[in-house]
Amino acid sequence: MQEKIEKILEEARERIHEAKELKELDEVRVAILGKKGKITEIFKAMSSLSKEEKKQIGPAANKARNEIEKRISQRLAELKERAKEIQFEKETIDVTEPGKKFSLGVKHPITQTIEEISQIFMSMGYSIAEGPQVETVFNAFDALNSPKNHPSRDLTDTFYINENICLRPHTSSVQIRTLQSQKPPIKVISPGRCFRCDTPDATHSPMFHQVEGLIVDEGITMADLKGTLDTMAKRLFGAATKTKFRPHHFPFTEPSAEMDVSCFKCGGKGCNVCKGSGWLEILGCGMVHPKVLEVGGIDTEKYTGFAFGMGVERIAMLKYGVDDIRLFYENDMRFIDQFK
Amino acid sequence: MLVPVEWLKDYVSVDVDTREFVDRMIMSGSNVETVEHFGTGMDKVVVGYVVKKEKHPDADRLSVCSVDIGEEAPIQIVCGALNVEAGQKVPVALHNSRIPGPLHGQPKQEGGVKITKGKLRGVESMGMICAASELGFDEKVVPVAHKDGIWVLPEDAPVGAPIEQAMGLVSDVVDFEITPNRPDCLSMVGMAREAAATFGSQLSYPDSAAKAAGDRKAADFISVEIKDQEACKRYSARVVTDVKIGPSPWWMQKRLMYAGMRPINNIVDITNFVMLEYGQPLHAFDIRQIEGGKIVVERAADGEKFTTLDGTERELTSDMLLIKDAVKGVAIAGVMGGLNSEIEPDTSTILIESANFDADSIRLTSKALKLRTEASARYEKGIDPNLCEEAANRVCRLIELLGAGTVQPGAVDVYPAPVQPWTVDVRTARINKLLGIDLSAAEMKSIFESLEMKVAGDEKTMKVTPPTVRLDMVGEVDFAEEVARMYGYDKLPVTLPKGSNTSSLGEAESLRRLVRSTLCAMGANEIQTYSFVSPRDADKVRLDDGTWETNYVRLINPLGEEQSVMRTILMPEMLETLGRNSARGVESVRAYEIGTTFSADLFDEEALPDEEDAISIGMYGADNDFFTLKGMVTELLGQLGIRRIRFIPEKEYGVFHPGRCARIVIPTKDEERRVLERPEPAKDGASHDELQEDYDVIKGLLGAMNSLSHNGSVELGIMGEVHPDVAEAYGIDGRCCACELFFDVIARMAQTKVKYKPLPKYPSTSRDIALLVDEAVQVGDIESVIRQSGGGILEDVTLFDIYRGRQIEEGKKSVAFTLVYRAEDKTLTDEDVAAVHEKMLQVLKDRFHAALREM
Repeated sequence: MQEKIEKILEEARERIHEAKELKELDEVRVAILGKKGKITEIFKAMSSLSKEEKKQIGPAANKARNEIEKRISQRLAELKERAKEIQFEKETIDVTEPGKKFSLGVKHPITQTIEEISQIFMSMGYSIAEGPQVETVFNAFDALNSPKNHPSRDLTDTFYINENICLRPHTSSVQIRTLQSQKPPIKVISPGRCFRCDTPDATHSPMFHQVEGLIVDEGITMADLKGTLDTMAKRLFGAATKTKFRPHHFPFTEPSAEMDVSCFKCGGKGCNVCKGSGWLEILGCGMVHPKVLEVGGIDTEKYTGFAFGMGVERIAMLKYGVDDIRLFYENDMRFIDQFK
Repeated sequence: MLVPVEWLKDYVSVDVDTREFVDRMIMSGSNVETVEHFGTGMDKVVVGYVVKKEKHPDADRLSVCSVDIGEEAPIQIVCGALNVEAGQKVPVALHNSRIPGPLHGQPKQEGGVKITKGKLRGVESMGMICAASELGFDEKVVPVAHKDGIWVLPEDAPVGAPIEQAMGLVSDVVDFEITPNRPDCLSMVGMAREAAATFGSQLSYPDSAAKAAGDRKAADFISVEIKDQEACKRYSARVVTDVKIGPSPWWMQKRLMYAGMRPINNIVDITNFVMLEYGQPLHAFDIRQIEGGKIVVERAADGEKFTTLDGTERELTSDMLLIKDAVKGVAIAGVMGGLNSEIEPDTSTILIESANFDADSIRLTSKALKLRTEASARYEKGIDPNLCEEAANRVCRLIELLGAGTVQPGAVDVYPAPVQPWTVDVRTARINKLLGIDLSAAEMKSIFESLEMKVAGDEKTMKVTPPTVRLDMVGEVDFAEEVARMYGYDKLPVTLPKGSNTSSLGEAESLRRLVRSTLCAMGANEIQTYSFVSPRDADKVRLDDGTWETNYVRLINPLGEEQSVMRTILMPEMLETLGRNSARGVESVRAYEIGTTFSADLFDEEALPDEEDAISIGMYGADNDFFTLKGMVTELLGQLGIRRIRFIPEKEYGVFHPGRCARIVIPTKDEERRVLERPEPAKDGASHDELQEDYDVIKGLLGAMNSLSHNGSVELGIMGEVHPDVAEAYGIDGRCCACELFFDVIARMAQTKVKYKPLPKYPSTSRDIALLVDEAVQVGDIESVIRQSGGGILEDVTLFDIYRGRQIEEGKKSVAFTLVYRAEDKTLTDEDVAAVHEKMLQVLKDRFHAALREM
């Protein structure tokens, strides 16, 4: 009996060691430990043995079974590990193959520029105001203190629907609507489309976008105007940007100014972008003319304000180095895709 | 306004170089367009004397000249100009010289033109005799005498001297941008006033103290009557006898040329010169032609014919002001003199007109006649009538200084309502508060005085009287600007406004941003297209006249027919974009636009048009078919909280393939619908007559056509595969899909507030079914019926397969769905599900004659 056990053990060790596959190992397990397995047979046969023999054989059989079980589970772990290795080997991919394509769309560069400018002003407490693109001549000119004979009113400058209705030549008309509908403090910007009778060429477009801003409150000064627009310029064009305010004239502001920013390409040394001057003209601005405030019934002794307006296309062209304004409206996907 | 710096220095001393002059003038408010440096870019160009001129042996149009250039021997030059003659002094560009150019008849070249010796038709030429336009002068200012040929220099020009020195050509000319509020700056004196204030120097006026040595009086020659005192504020006339017409001196010609005017003769040049000095236009008449010794200022007769100085006969209207004598017109007031009274070489007595005409009248006349002159350009911006006398005196003085005639004493000056100086209260504290600075009254006073304003009053409130030429100085803020610009914008402090810092994007813009980010996330690029389009676009997309899509807002002055109406829909421009990309070889496009559309108010031409935003989506190329688009639309609307949409087949809409087009609608209860109809614009309390009610009904209907569909559904838009004819018209190669959504309607329905729903507590169970139905049965209808028969436990229905082909009868299709059942309050048993499911299958069978297939 003892010998038999030794023999079974011997055989089991060898077969377990030799097993190359899970299936093979399982066969070994069934052959030795299964219901009709060799060790099981030993246990079955023990009933016919004497007490003495039982005492002797029992522990030996148990020991053999334990050893075999342990060996099988060891071998099982080894084989599983091996199987994984084989699988990994088989499943190895060429990681340099291209990834699956996820192409997100991109917002139009003009939208992006408007959103960027809007974001800057919103962080300074300005809300977005909107108004119609087809406007009354009153809101587009008269209420903005534009003289009756101002050249910008000519048929060669502004598109008209009839004598009293035009396509707004600036978003300043939204100022008027805001002044008429809100009480100070007023703090708005109005981005939007504008139209002027310009034949399209590299730098002119009969349709363009402006962002107009208006603040009316007690104690607003021209120094505040400078501070606000200087902050805007630094955020939009970089912290090193310098600003320069030059006197100018607009009917709806007094005093009026144009703001230049130091050329962000050359930093002010002079280059082809700034045409050697080191400065780029960016926007017009000024203190809101009392006559404009009066249109909104605002007490001009108590309140003052400033307004500004900038051309979005010009800013986008400068920022992105676009050299032809018409590209914005051709909508060639190869152009738009570049603004990701 | 072209300002030769050297001329300006006659009136103001400025001791800085041109660069600094320009910089400081810009910062004090006179913006500069360009600076031209005359007399530069020239090298080895000298004064020559034409000793001899012979015909070229082989070319009729060429002359061979022997030219003395101050060297030992004259040089030979071949010249093509017709006006070259022996005995002339001329500019000669020597061998290896440089001139600014451009060469006659050629475009201007950066850096000028190099001249070398060479042979012309076999004859050696050692250089070139130059035209004035080749030495930097604009063609249009070159004196008439040699405008088509070489420049004939004055007889006293020193032979051999460099031309720029001999003729004093070196001068910087600054082109100032004059804003419409500063017509006073359209003059040398006006610019000198600005420069004096900017540089703190004194302004000295031109010498206008005419001796008037004549022995008669102006009134002996002429009388003046102003019949239209609205349009003519002042008419001042002086008379000069013994006039000797000839060229004006070179210094005067040169200044006129720098300032952009062509020298004509001494009298005309003097009037132009003084116009440039003061900004006051002047005109000289030959008094021989003034019949009846009388000037009458009155409106022309309608249809009256009049020939101006330029030889053009013009038809006048009664809106135009005419200067007449006793019988006929002699000048169109403020615009151009008449050919019948112009200065002739033998003119001996002249009338100098120095008048003030109404700006609007001149502007309208000049516009109607399409005739714009230096005079009209000044009048139409407004001129101080007080200038007339001074300017006329200056003309007389110059005539005396140039010895061009004898000035008769006195003027005939009709000035019914002289403009008096006005005074404005200016509060020191107010100015400081507006600008954010703290200047004393004394500091402000000195700024005002530097601009020739008189200041009285006290420290608190100054009483400031501007010179009457400063038509723009009306309100207190105008004076604030003077303080700001003379103090220096750059010196103003930099602060930020105090006060509220809350901001809002607004509902519409928030939704637009959500739409943009959603569509971008689905791989579509945003486009922006023109708001004005061609009225023929409707044809191109196969839409009929008379539909709301052709209810155009029309421009009265479009750039062209192609851009003459405002768009009513975005579709045509989207297709245009697809076509353009297709033509340029872009393989696949997915694009969208959010933009404003416009429709005319048919009942009230004076009302602003309706403006509504729309969304268009367009696509072509791989993986961009109807169902891609439908999926995008569904997801977009889902993002906006609109989930109960239906797609209804539409066969009649011209833009799309009749079998591949759907209206996108959302069923609404009647009550909801009323709220969702376009809100009527608020009406000011105008009278409500009987018509008003009809008007409202029709207007409402028209509005509704855009946003409402039938059967209690609101239409959100339309989508489809673009009709092949339309695609072809736009040059789109292959199939493409597009949709147009009514953004404003969608925005009114959008529900972007998210509300949490508890996660299910009990498990779900699913059943797959396949139905064999006729091809014509719509999947959407089957799905609707399934949903309706869900018995309260159907959680979801998903179509997973449509099969046609083998084992399926011709004309039929097999449609397979997965149905998910779940109860909120318990775990469903097989029996629970079967009860509902079996009933549902029966309904489907009855309704669609659907045969169930085994799954």
